[in-house]
Amino acid sequence: MKFDLITDLYVFMLAAFIGFEVIRRIAPLLHTPLMSLTNALDAIAVVGAILLTGRHESKLSVVLGTIAIVAATSNVVGGFLITDRMLKMFKTSRPQKP
Amino acid sequence: MTPQATQLIIETTYLIATAMFILALKWMSNPARARHGVWAGELGMLLAICGTLLNSGIVDYKWIAIGLVLGSIIGVPLGMVHMTAVPQRTALSHCFGALCVTLVGASEFYLRTPNVPRFTMGVLSMEVILGSLTFTGSLMAAGKLQEMLPQRPITYKGQNFVNLALLAVSAGVAVFLVIHPDRAAIFPAIVGIPLVLGVMMIIPIGGADMPTVISLLNSYAGLSAAAMGFVLDSKLLIIAGALDGASGFILSVNMSKAMNRSFTNVIFGAFGQEQTHAAADKEERTVRSATAEEAAQILGAASKVMIVPGYGMAVAQAQHKVRELYDVLTKKGVDVRFGIHPVAGRMPGHMNVLLAEADIPYDKLMDLDEANPEFPQTDVALVIGANDVTNPAARTDAGSPIFGMPILDVDKAHTVMVVKRGMSPGFAGIDNPLYYLDKTLMLFGDAKAFVGAIVRELTGGGGHG
Repeated sequence: MKFDLITDLYVFMLAAFIGFEVIRRIAPLLHTPLMSLTNALDAIAVVGAILLTGRHESKLSVVLGTIAIVAATSNVVGGFLITDRMLKMFKTSRPQKP
Repeated sequence: MTPQATQLIIETTYLIATAMFILALKWMSNPARARHGVWAGELGMLLAICGTLLNSGIVDYKWIAIGLVLGSIIGVPLGMVHMTAVPQRTALSHCFGALCVTLVGASEFYLRTPNVPRFTMGVLSMEVILGSLTFTGSLMAAGKLQEMLPQRPITYKGQNFVNLALLAVSAGVAVFLVIHPDRAAIFPAIVGIPLVLGVMMIIPIGGADMPTVISLLNSYAGLSAAAMGFVLDSKLLIIAGALDGASGFILSVNMSKAMNRSFTNVIFGAFGQEQTHAAADKEERTVRSATAEEAAQILGAASKVMIVPGYGMAVAQAQHKVRELYDVLTKKGVDVRFGIHPVAGRMPGHMNVLLAEADIPYDKLMDLDEANPEFPQTDVALVIGANDVTNPAARTDAGSPIFGMPILDVDKAHTVMVVKRGMSPGFAGIDNPLYYLDKTLMLFGDAKAFVGAIVRELTGGGGHG
């Protein structure tokens, strides 16, 4: 695997700027669902755990990898589920356009 | 299919997933469209996982399948918790996220040692250190929020020194490993020491500081995932981790500002126990109290009411009674809104969720900046279960421990009503001069029962409505 440090650093920096700009615009109203959503997105780490487990390189890596998949998947499922449940509750008093 | 074609498909799914993740956050800025954000996130996640499963390096799917199924089984109940339990659920999910990152990092180290490039070893150490301390730290935070652990801050002499020393030792070991990546025997130190540090960091933090701490742990969880992205050279992970880290950072800064404390002060401070001495020469000050009937008359005659809820309201489970009050008053033509302080709940935005759950429309929920200009034209400010966030001493008394903290200026309303169990001081242990103002009426009693009584007076009572 070609290791491209500088590109990765660029990607990190740009993503951090996008993160700041996008998240700054989110009103305090939705800060709790925001946190549970970013939590679910962060669980994309499951991808690394899947690769680690699937490569089956040592007993240790399979055991640790499987636990990691369980932990991350529970965040994916639980995180999206509770975010959606919360957002469903936010209703406006203004008449909705049909 | 050629390996190149497969690789191209995988990379494409990652690219789409990345776009979906950014869109998910973008849509969160509009409450009417926020659910689209969840769907975008889910789609991105599904694509990325399916793409990963195509990877030619995977030789064994059995354990992956077991992990995915088990994780889903655990995830569903974690997604179905009660809204008051969302803060501890969030802390627990930071804990799981950190666990995943730490375990993958440790495995990668043992698979690659002694041939770990320097840079990889550096980010791998960061991944494992941040992951381990977030793991135990979040577990402690969840325990405190669930009230399984004492919420009272525990402090001892030299606490900050011990914590900094633990951090310095982990950093030292990490640097040593970067220079000598073959010394696998000392690797457990950069897992073990941060695990201890995570516990030590949360011990001195009291219940009132939890919103800041949860946000901070969120940021750590994100950064550790980004570090993992560097180790695995995965742009998708780097971006998701950076977004999560940025989000956690913004929220922690917001929360520290809302509590008038610097970041370092929250970490090294141990609030909640500094004061209680100020009450020394307490002269007998009188308060005016009122009954539910009197309160109902005043509220019914008002044209503009601002309700200021605090966590006390949620503890008393009074949200639904408050909604009934909102309904009755709105029907009478009273303009009812809610002024919500950033630290009103146990995590950022928590109070909004609790009120939305009680079916209060979100366009009536004002944040600090929106609510404060409204108070001078407000007839009645009704404070329910909030204390320190309404304390005018934060504006006027330079000697007060909360001086400078942004508060809701309820004392600028024409009449202030405070629903409170008794005269005991609030979370921070500070006396509130608001209660002794001439315009303030104290409504002593349980929040749920008292608000219920006001609603009965307003609806029933027939004749004198």
